[in-house]
Amino acid sequence: MTETNSTELIRLSAAQLAAKLAAREVTAVEVTQAHLDRIAAVDGGERGVNAFLHVNTEEALAVAAEVDAIRAAGGQAAQELHELAGVPIAVKDLIVTIGQPTTAGSKILEGWYSPYDATVVKKLRAAKMPILGKTNLDEFAMGSSTEHSAFGPTRNPWDLDRIPGGSGGGSAAAVAAFEAPLALGTDTGGSIRQPGAVTGTVGVKPTYGGVSRYGAIAMASSLDQIGPVSRTVLDSALLQQVIGGHDPHDSTSLPDPLGDLVAAARLGNVDGMKIGIIKELHGEGYQAGVENRFNESLELLKEAGAEIVEVSCPNFQYALGAYYLIMPSEASSNLAKFDGVRYGLRVLPEEPPLTIERVMGATRAAGFGDEVKRRIILGTYALSAGYYDAYYGSAQKVRTLIQRDFEAAFAKADVLISPTAPTTAFKLGEKLDDPLAMYLNDVATIPANMAGVPGLSLPGGLADEDGLPVGIQLLAPAREDARLYRVGAVLESLLEAKWGGPLLDKAPSLVELVETQEAK
Amino acid sequence: MAAINRDDVAHLARLAHIEMSAEELDRMAGELAVIVDAVKSVSEAAGDGVPATSHPIPLSNVFREDEVGHTFTAEQALSGAPDSDADRFKVPAILDED
Repeated sequence: MTETNSTELIRLSAAQLAAKLAAREVTAVEVTQAHLDRIAAVDGGERGVNAFLHVNTEEALAVAAEVDAIRAAGGQAAQELHELAGVPIAVKDLIVTIGQPTTAGSKILEGWYSPYDATVVKKLRAAKMPILGKTNLDEFAMGSSTEHSAFGPTRNPWDLDRIPGGSGGGSAAAVAAFEAPLALGTDTGGSIRQPGAVTGTVGVKPTYGGVSRYGAIAMASSLDQIGPVSRTVLDSALLQQVIGGHDPHDSTSLPDPLGDLVAAARLGNVDGMKIGIIKELHGEGYQAGVENRFNESLELLKEAGAEIVEVSCPNFQYALGAYYLIMPSEASSNLAKFDGVRYGLRVLPEEPPLTIERVMGATRAAGFGDEVKRRIILGTYALSAGYYDAYYGSAQKVRTLIQRDFEAAFAKADVLISPTAPTTAFKLGEKLDDPLAMYLNDVATIPANMAGVPGLSLPGGLADEDGLPVGIQLLAPAREDARLYRVGAVLESLLEAKWGGPLLDKAPSLVELVETQEAK
Repeated sequence: MAAINRDDVAHLARLAHIEMSAEELDRMAGELAVIVDAVKSVSEAAGDGVPATSHPIPLSNVFREDEVGHTFTAEQALSGAPDSDADRFKVPAILDED
């Protein structure tokens, strides 16, 4: 295969790759190797994207070769291959995998290998999708910039001095950098959608329970959700169709399937649909360029026949505060298992006595980073005697109020719309010393997690003032993920018609960016 | 509601089994005070009559058949352990015997 072919292959969507593979115009080994070559070219070194913590070369190529062999042999086995067989994918390193290390971006798990696969990973293996590797993240998915990774930040492919969002900055950057056509993310307060917004990619947080959480290292169990990361809306639908469905290993997994999401993405009309602008999720506090692109998307949807209505969700003003009580409370409990006994790091205190209590204290002090410690302390505080009712109890009541706001809003609109994040990508280091400023990035994405409703972020264009990607967020009622794909696909095609192609075509040449960085 | 201070953080760090230096306690207390101040409005948002929501989409009575499924071998279960002995996790002393 020529170099030109390889460069073209990596720019194809998962759906396009699947079609070429099925037509035997290209082999799965060629497709997988093209992505591995791209990773080698742009990801590594001090100045690369740093989206990958581990590259799974050998296994990925072996799976690809298996797919090629099945296709070449023909017959029933070839016919039974999954549509996405041979289409490679990257997996956020919060999701456990046999045969590859899982670090959760933390020193406390450095070098640890899971003895089991997450359910979503089993499904990828069943579909014979080569796993390219594990992607970088904020430690235990705690952050909005990937700067809290113990293994160095991921850089935004649009500008390597900027953040790729977080916590799933690695997955979003890998897809934006054409290192992978697809990736898995996890979204507790926006960790799939906000990185999607700032990297010009698509990210979906499915309905809570729509995709099994078994094997995702838990941060906040009542908020965490695994979901797809891609460059097109259709690709996310294809991937959610692979990973979704009931799982007896996850007691919060929804028993009924969510319908045909791929068909919804292919339907392509919004005529007569009511789309609600959430009054509280735009305007003040949102960057002008974000607001402009948001308004442009509203105009396009209106021209396509949708009716735009305004809805008010007055309790969303408390969502961020309630989230920063519930999430740390659940995290402080979930992270208690990192005790230096069953897995991961064990650090002995410098002086005796070497009791287990002191070993735990020393292990957790050395193994956890600052943001994880902050959240554990905050959660322990919110759950402690005397504060429980005022903090955790109140936050749970606010959760009810947020759900009621959504119910009222969805009585007036089929789908809700807002900017995904209040700003475009900020500079690395800019908000690292100001945890509260960092938390504000998630103001528009958190309500969906609090209520369990699905949300999708898609590229809405570039902000005028800085030329960086802006994300548009769509929200639907619980179990109505199909609506997100339907509206998302329409908006995507209208925007791409306006731009003359995908937004990522406007991104600077990454190979040149990496070279410039190296010269610095 | 009371603000969080350095002594609170020291106590919470002990509860959470995270050793912290004096410098770390000072810094953490300052940062957490800002965060606690920002989230305290939550306690005034909902009245007494509002029920609490612990899970967004509640499912009740989730059971499965009581059958033995996949289990790990001792070797698998211990594969990531920092220390083990005779097919068991090896734990530092529970009590200080000095």
